[in-house]
Amino acid sequence: MITARDAGLVACQQCGQVHPLHAQVCKRCEGRLQSRDTESLQKVWAWLIAGMIAYIPANIYPMLLTSTLVERSESTIIGGVVELFEHGSWGIATIVFVASVMIPVGKFIAIMYLAISVQRHSSQNRHGRHKAYEVVEFIGRWSMIDVFVVAILSALVQLDTIATVNPGVAAISFALSVIFTMLSAQAFDSRLIWDADRTQQ
Amino acid sequence: MHTTPLDDLVACPQCDTLHIASALPENARAHCQRCGIVLMTSQPAAMAQILSLALTAFIMMIAAVSFPFLTLDAGGLHNATSVIDAVLAFNDGFAFPLAVAVAFFIIVIPLIRLSALIYALGPLVREQKPRQGARQAFGLAERLRPWSMAEIFIVGVTVALIKVAGLAVVTIGPAFWAFAGVVVITVLKDQLICRYSIWEALDKATA
Repeated sequence: MITARDAGLVACQQCGQVHPLHAQVCKRCEGRLQSRDTESLQKVWAWLIAGMIAYIPANIYPMLLTSTLVERSESTIIGGVVELFEHGSWGIATIVFVASVMIPVGKFIAIMYLAISVQRHSSQNRHGRHKAYEVVEFIGRWSMIDVFVVAILSALVQLDTIATVNPGVAAISFALSVIFTMLSAQAFDSRLIWDADRTQQ
Repeated sequence: MHTTPLDDLVACPQCDTLHIASALPENARAHCQRCGIVLMTSQPAAMAQILSLALTAFIMMIAAVSFPFLTLDAGGLHNATSVIDAVLAFNDGFAFPLAVAVAFFIIVIPLIRLSALIYALGPLVREQKPRQGARQAFGLAERLRPWSMAEIFIVGVTVALIKVAGLAVVTIGPAFWAFAGVVVITVLKDQLICRYSIWEALDKATA
């Protein structure tokens, strides 16, 4: 099996059309052609670090500000999960925990692993790494669940004095963290995973 | 150095492995030899199905945006929200950027994707020349795919309903079901999209 680059060709990632190596713009879909994105890893690291930084305030500050007749309360991401557990909503607590904690943290680790393994020209476990990349691309968006929950609750629960719910700072920083990590995953050029053995030869 | 014409070659978008394209039997899938992703599928009726699903989703999306979405009752107070209300009901500083982002993810981007697909594929189904900018429109619809989050929103609504259950009585309105319909139809539609076949169809229709 040979790659388009080995054959002196460049492929359009948007539509699959193959061109001679020097072509700049795809003749079929007018997308920009790049045999390999040489700045891929720089962009990956930049967005990833931004995403990790935004994830810190997302966990420290309150996500949801609730005030009812009797009390005012603030809950963080973890606080919200704990509350759901105490109410006995195990299923929902698990969904929120997976979407807001396990997926983002898992994604940080997975992207770091992918970027580092490409930097080291590793040729091990390429199928596994490619699978990891596909999973990261697919699953990252689902972290947005908690942001939507906050948006709906704060729109729905506006009952003057009885109960009001408002979003906290964490809602914004968490949304930004998800967006930044999605951009990080999109900047990763998966062709680099498969190049390793060639570059070493 | 190559004997095969370039137009007959397909490179895997994810690992760059070259393949020679050949006509697939009906309802077959071609996988990349190296990394295994699906390179192309052949469903002769797919184009018409994609277009009709996109039109259905578009109409249901309009219903989902205009009808009441959720109604809340607590202690004699009543609060009905449409999706638009749900998105735009902000009352302090933090809620505003959040509202704008949510509006884009669940309404604006899905509508742009649907319009772009209908615009690009409409003439193809009627076997006419593609409209001007059809390629850009299809490219845009595909690039926006990860940012269209209607299905995630529906899960978010479910979680929110359970969280609020102790506080008030929530009734689900018709727009909720319309929105859920949009989600199911969009998933079906995106399953049918084979980028390679659509680009080829756009090529053939232009020539």
